[in-house]
Amino acid sequence: MQKLIRIEPSKCIGCKSCELSCSFKNSGDFAPSRSRIINEVFLEEAQFITVTCMQCDEPWCLKSCPKGAITKNVLSGIVSVDELKCVGCRTCVSACPFGMIKYAAEKGKADKCNLCGDDFPECVAFCPTGCLKFSEEDAPLREKVLRFVQTMKAGQGEV
Amino acid sequence: MANGWNGKLLRVDLCAETCVIEELNLAWAASYIGGRGLATKYLSEEVDPQADPLGPNNKLIFATGPLTGSYGAANGRYMAVTKSPLTGTVASSNSGGYFPGELKYAGFDMIIVEGKAQRPLYLRIHNQRAELADAGHLWGKNTSDTEDLIKQEFHGDAKVACIGPAGENLVHYACIVNEKHRAAGRTGVGMVMGSKNLKAVAVRGTGGFGVADPTAFREAARECYKLLKLHPVTGQGLPALGTPVLVNVINQSGALPTRNSQSSTFDHAEEISGERLAQTFLKRNKGCLGCVIGCGRVTQLSDPRYSGKGEGPEYESLWAMGAACGISDLAAITKANYLCNEYGMDTITAGSTVACAMELFERGLITEAEAGMTLNFGDAGAMVRLVELAGKGEGFGKKIGLGSYRLAESYGAVELSMTVKKLEFPAYDGRAIQGMGLEYATSNRGACHVRGYLVSPEILGVPEKLDPAAVEGKAAWAKAFQDVTAVVDSAGVCLFTTFAIGVPQVAKLFNAATGKSFTDEQMMEIGDRIWNLERLFNMKAGIDGSQDTLPKRILHEPLPDGPMQGAVSRLPEMLPEYYLLRGWDTQGVPMQAKLESLGLAG
Repeated sequence: MQKLIRIEPSKCIGCKSCELSCSFKNSGDFAPSRSRIINEVFLEEAQFITVTCMQCDEPWCLKSCPKGAITKNVLSGIVSVDELKCVGCRTCVSACPFGMIKYAAEKGKADKCNLCGDDFPECVAFCPTGCLKFSEEDAPLREKVLRFVQTMKAGQGEV
Repeated sequence: MANGWNGKLLRVDLCAETCVIEELNLAWAASYIGGRGLATKYLSEEVDPQADPLGPNNKLIFATGPLTGSYGAANGRYMAVTKSPLTGTVASSNSGGYFPGELKYAGFDMIIVEGKAQRPLYLRIHNQRAELADAGHLWGKNTSDTEDLIKQEFHGDAKVACIGPAGENLVHYACIVNEKHRAAGRTGVGMVMGSKNLKAVAVRGTGGFGVADPTAFREAARECYKLLKLHPVTGQGLPALGTPVLVNVINQSGALPTRNSQSSTFDHAEEISGERLAQTFLKRNKGCLGCVIGCGRVTQLSDPRYSGKGEGPEYESLWAMGAACGISDLAAITKANYLCNEYGMDTITAGSTVACAMELFERGLITEAEAGMTLNFGDAGAMVRLVELAGKGEGFGKKIGLGSYRLAESYGAVELSMTVKKLEFPAYDGRAIQGMGLEYATSNRGACHVRGYLVSPEILGVPEKLDPAAVEGKAAWAKAFQDVTAVVDSAGVCLFTTFAIGVPQVAKLFNAATGKSFTDEQMMEIGDRIWNLERLFNMKAGIDGSQDTLPKRILHEPLPDGPMQGAVSRLPEMLPEYYLLRGWDTQGVPMQAKLESLGLAG
């Protein structure tokens, strides 16, 4: 299974450490607007939703690129932009239905999460609550299933 | 030349309705860092300390630090600096959330607001574009609605700092609220904003800023993260229960001021504790930008009498509207806390002023006819009504809006105001915690806990346990804590991180960001310099050493009960030593040699 950034929204505190650490590592600046992971804060509902590229198996950005600049690595599953080939035409930006690839004006290229390439994902390293995990298994899903299982188990005990 | 600072400030003239971008004085920044320190430098240079705080000659500065908007030590803070209408001293109030970082991403380090607008205006900043817009339709709106309306008409991602009706109605302790629930709370900075007819500052910033040495910065940040996660206060206590974790701790120490400081233990502390809040109204934890701790409490009321949702109450608010008023009704306290956020008022002064009014009532100085209600200690309904009336500026609320000093003074009973330099005490009794008594007496903005939080060593045992009843050595601790805090407030770091990290870590972040190579001693000297600069401003404003004192009650009325029974503040034993350590004369005047060594002479 592919290693991905797994997100458990209930653990998020809206600190945007993911956006800060991503932009600092990948653009050199503290600039949340350049982050490849988005931590959205809903003040009214007190909800924090974090989204990033899920490294699709059949990436629409890849299919749409007229220059063949976007590839999916067979081993790691990472979908990445080859900046030498990218001409900054933004076709991929309109192709991705999730808005997870963008045009970075400062370099004139498409820009997306590549799970920090050979490094450990910086956003996961700086997440203070464990809301973000980097794992093959969908750990948040497993936790959810286990909570349900515990409920079932408790119910069985009472019979 | 990435160095943490953007190197730019925005100067807003409300009379001429102009916005001008200026270079930041980087020489001053090297001596005063940013935030509280640098803004105080600008204030001292540009505002006559004798100026009327509500007049056009006072200025209001929104100041971030070189670390604001970065990561490492909850670097999401800014300072609102001005001359305080409540105390007449220099005012600087801190807030977190997302507004401070957004100002950095827009390309500014600070905003200096000057003059006075002829009509309600608000400031809109979209990166390097800044303009003043009409705020007639926002006037009268609470902080939550103001933020929503500005987002609709300006930018959905804007971060908004604004005043509520309390700031417009010139409540003496009006605050500036950002993201609905975060407040630059104390000393009436919102009253200054209201006096200038400035309703809000809205910022959208899509840029960023770099640091001088990214590798060293990341390394310093990793060290901070680790220390913050491992420390019991920042890694466990604050995340689990937020600041309300202190209610039971302080009460058990016999240091929870109760019924306007007539006692220091509250029989019903458990009912207003962090533990109880977690069992009842707590929905989830929340952090400010770049925070590792997440002490914010998102809450929702579920009570037949009161409704609402928001953030808090924090420890100080639980105390001010709880124990200080003899109130144990958590729903009422939470409601009053929401009202303070919506109207834009400091919860500490609001609650303490109600507490003072209750004592004035019980002593027969305030009558039922005058107040329009009975005002006995423990009456939660009356407390909530008074808080709302104060925010609205209606009825007896007008008097509550004066703060406890002016309220008590109007009844010839100023000794019943639990204030220093007209600012109300926070939630620690200066008789039970001797160092805090000294801190209250000497803090440059009046009775304040976040200038030198000696509760940390005296009660929590961080970084080492001190005897709260002892006076020996407290002067040195107070000075050191005050100087460190000045550095932290100026860098843009959250004070709560200092349970786990100290000057060495802040210096590492600061040096890596700015490219400086300041030693820990040099950082402490900057703190000392900032402290003395504030002192000089106050002295020029007419507030001298004679006001480094405490109310009669704290100095002469022994605590009637609890573990610290019989204690009074031993301030007179500590103050001379404090002056000596500061390099001040026996009257509390900084000596020439001291000022010269700090570069403040002449």
